[in-house]
Amino acid sequence: MTDFKSSQNGRRVVVTGAASGFGAAIARRFSLSGARVVVTDLDEDGAKQVAAELPGAVAIAVDVTVPEQVQAMINKSVEILGGIDVLVNNAGAAHRVGPMIDLEPEVFDAQFALNLRSVFLGVKYAVPHMPDGSVIVNTASIGGRRPRPGLTVYNAAKGGVITFTRGLAAELAPRIRVCAVNPVGAQTGFIRTSHGVDKLTGETLAAFVNGIPMARLAVPEDVASAVEYLASPEANFLTGVCIDVDGGRSIQ
Amino acid sequence: MSVAEAFEGKRVIVTGAAGGFGAAIARKFGAAGARVVVADLDEVGARHVAGTIGGAVPVPVDVTSALQIQAMVSTAMEEFGGIDILINNAGTTHRSGPTVDLDVKTFDAQVALNVRSVFLGAKYAVPHMKEGSVIVNTASIAGKRPRPGVVTYNATKGAVLTLTRGLANELAPRIRVNAVCPVAAQTNFMTNAFGDGGLTGDMFDKIVGGIPMGRIAEPDDVASAVLFLSSPRSGFLTGVCLDVDGGRSIQ
Repeated sequence: MTDFKSSQNGRRVVVTGAASGFGAAIARRFSLSGARVVVTDLDEDGAKQVAAELPGAVAIAVDVTVPEQVQAMINKSVEILGGIDVLVNNAGAAHRVGPMIDLEPEVFDAQFALNLRSVFLGVKYAVPHMPDGSVIVNTASIGGRRPRPGLTVYNAAKGGVITFTRGLAAELAPRIRVCAVNPVGAQTGFIRTSHGVDKLTGETLAAFVNGIPMARLAVPEDVASAVEYLASPEANFLTGVCIDVDGGRSIQ
Repeated sequence: MSVAEAFEGKRVIVTGAAGGFGAAIARKFGAAGARVVVADLDEVGARHVAGTIGGAVPVPVDVTSALQIQAMVSTAMEEFGGIDILINNAGTTHRSGPTVDLDVKTFDAQVALNVRSVFLGAKYAVPHMKEGSVIVNTASIAGKRPRPGVVTYNATKGAVLTLTRGLANELAPRIRVNAVCPVAAQTNFMTNAFGDGGLTGDMFDKIVGGIPMGRIAEPDDVASAVLFLSSPRSGFLTGVCLDVDGGRSIQ
């Protein structure tokens, strides 16, 4: 009998962007499933707070846009855990919603560094420490498959993550599986960077929810469940899969 | 929550459950605490599989017959008092070969068996399904990425994908509708496609060579994916057509 409480028993997991939002929920879910988790984030205090809740978890501060920092974070994780069985490249954020032609080239570069190059860096430094049967799961976005106006450059970076996921899956198979999740919008730190408010409300929220057949935004637990499933032995034939956690938003 | 807790007392219909993917799906639901209708054209096979699952009920059904699907749904209602999960899994392929050589009758039979059956299952089961119920359809990775040989079969599976997504939209947020897209496995599919010997030798090596995970699918791979898509863990997922293809569709 599969019991997903123990499906990650003893597995060594690194989650980036884990101080809040999807990443914190992912770290909590893996911990609940019996994993040992390294909680990494640019926000060191936040990472420490999340790690403090989870038995055996450790916080490491990292700027995922800096190769040396990613390498140091991976090396420290390997030192602490003895290896890495699951890498969740979750760190990322949007730019402010607006017309693409008004976006500064610096913002474009920052978006690609944060959302795509970070995935490359995580993989580059972690894979040499990952044994056969390991799994990488990347947080992409349904906007990477079905972009809408307003976040064109963010969506393009996430489209890059999806193709990177599938290409890397082919490259590392059958030794290491590589999958991704494509969430729809959620009330996380994303909203602050995209809309400049803590939470979507009123008409903006209603318009957003209206496009989602399941009639609500995503919550971090939806994403955590999908990530944990993709990383579990239940999914051991799945690679290159980019699963939509979008409440059906992409159907129409 | 364990998988068993997730399905304890759930009432499930699985079509095409006498063998292959369907039998593995029925057994996995049974092991997770669900009550299962094991439906199949092969009555003896359905009885055999149901006999291995506590509380399961075998039902003979030709899924191309509207009347028989109605009878299957009625049996489920009489036995269980409701339907929480419907797995439209029954289906098979025609013999591999050039499309221009396919009989018109075979084309019609493929559409009836692989697509119309899903429509019928949904049509007659949905009125009995409460809020929070789930439908999962067995499509095929070839519905997304067809290769030569079983073109009409693949077209029917492409239609199952579109039916899945359209119906997901229609029934949301009350009932979720998802699908799995398996790559080939050693089931009856192989003998139907390639003859009595199934898939062997160079042909087999060629198929495995196209799958990054280095093997074909196992029925249990498909069953695991179906249980995930049916469980509260995927409570926000609808219209998802999950590739169980070992990466075959990447390249």
